[in-house]
Amino acid sequence: MPATIEFAQVDKRFDNGVEALRALSVAIAPGQFVSLLGPSGCGKSTVLRLIAGLEQPTAGQVRVDSRPAQASGAAMSYVFQEPTLMPWASVLDNVALPLRIQGMARRPARDQAAEALAAVGLADRAAAYPAELSGGMKMRASLARALITRPAVLLLDEPFAALDEITRHRLNDELLALWGEQASTAVFVTHSVFEAVYLSQRVLVMGGPPGRLFADLPVALGYPRAPPLRLQPQFTQVCRSVTEALQLAETGAGSVQP
Amino acid sequence: MTGSQRASWIVPSAAGIAALLAWEAVVRLRGIPPYVLPSPSLIAQTLWSNLDSLLVSWLYTVKITFGALLLALAGGVLLACAFALSRTLELALFPFAIALQVTPIVAIAPLILIYVDSTTASLLICAFIVAFFPVLSNTLIGLRSADPNLQDLLTLYGASRWQRLRWLLAPSALPYLIAGLKISGGLALIGAVVAEFAAGAAGRETGLASRILEASFRTEIPKMYAALTLVALTGVAIYLASNALSRALLGRWHPSGRN
Repeated sequence: MPATIEFAQVDKRFDNGVEALRALSVAIAPGQFVSLLGPSGCGKSTVLRLIAGLEQPTAGQVRVDSRPAQASGAAMSYVFQEPTLMPWASVLDNVALPLRIQGMARRPARDQAAEALAAVGLADRAAAYPAELSGGMKMRASLARALITRPAVLLLDEPFAALDEITRHRLNDELLALWGEQASTAVFVTHSVFEAVYLSQRVLVMGGPPGRLFADLPVALGYPRAPPLRLQPQFTQVCRSVTEALQLAETGAGSVQP
Repeated sequence: MTGSQRASWIVPSAAGIAALLAWEAVVRLRGIPPYVLPSPSLIAQTLWSNLDSLLVSWLYTVKITFGALLLALAGGVLLACAFALSRTLELALFPFAIALQVTPIVAIAPLILIYVDSTTASLLICAFIVAFFPVLSNTLIGLRSADPNLQDLLTLYGASRWQRLRWLLAPSALPYLIAGLKISGGLALIGAVVAEFAAGAAGRETGLASRILEASFRTEIPKMYAALTLVALTGVAIYLASNALSRALLGRWHPSGRN
């Protein structure tokens, strides 16, 4: 079941004094695909880490399914900018890792991992080691690992930023297809306006530091989405308004609310 | 075998043979007497004629070396795991490890020989002291070098301490541990030989160092060289074995195993 995510007046200040977030309030409905867009250092990754329970808010509350994020018990997965695979394990064993940690025996975990790899088109590379794969393949394996637990919350921290544009476009489509099957709440951090608009139902534009919410823009485009959408006028129109909001956020000139 | 693999055997072998031939030639042409510098052929002859007694000593030295290496491996890894779990323990005990490491073993050995009754046990302790530090410090760095994102991922999936060790920390530390083991292998042999020199040639069970000392008292230079050759060959064998172990364990996934 996809989870609800709520931020209520969240401040986050790190031990070294850096103020990452100030008074962030936002609610994400179950099953929504939301992108976080903003300049570097505006606390986007911190938002993901707070949802994941890897950090605790300094003030305010982060709730997942109405419980504090760290104790929500909701199944979550995290995809990093780097594929973050274990170099000493085969692709199959990498994908099986979350199930193995949950205590599943090796055989069934591997069977499920093989299915997950097939879903991302990597069935024939299951026995390979991460170093033997291309950047795009590694990221597919990382996605397969994230989805294998059928997470209620899928957190993606610029997962495709290091890939070439052609691979990135293809992985955008694959991610949407997988998300469509999974019914997860997805929070996607990116620097790319086009990627944010193409993927999500809603774009949260952040500014900072300290990180604040500048704009909350809906993307009124239906699913499924396909590559020709990138050339449609309604797509470019949304991109234009998101770009304008981003420019305002970067210059720090007041906030735009819907 | 590819050309470069073949070259990696042929070139060092050829260089070794060339050096031996040059040595032989210099000794013969200049008529250097064997009590100053024996020729390689004479050393080989001496080695062959004393093989039985030298092999007994060699076995003893090998026993001390590998015993100390196993102790260093077990002690170093266990201590590194304990330090990785407890910063307080590390702050308390690491200075002792450093003090043991930086104090020359020849200075400690006489004390250990006095305190410990069995010569074999004291030699083991000496060789262990020399050998364990690289395993300890390398394993500790390795345990701390795990990918922070993978650390977060294991936290997210609720991994236990044991699972973290099994799935992340141990494999991350392995290349470092092996690098430490390569250093410790050579040091264990050095420790075994040096400690025996400090112990002096006494008792029934003695190693190659005692053979060298004995031969030196009798100015049997070729026999000194013969025992020395065995020590050197043992060191080379340990080095090759640790390289093979490194390839077997890291070969496919670690950059050091790829050509």
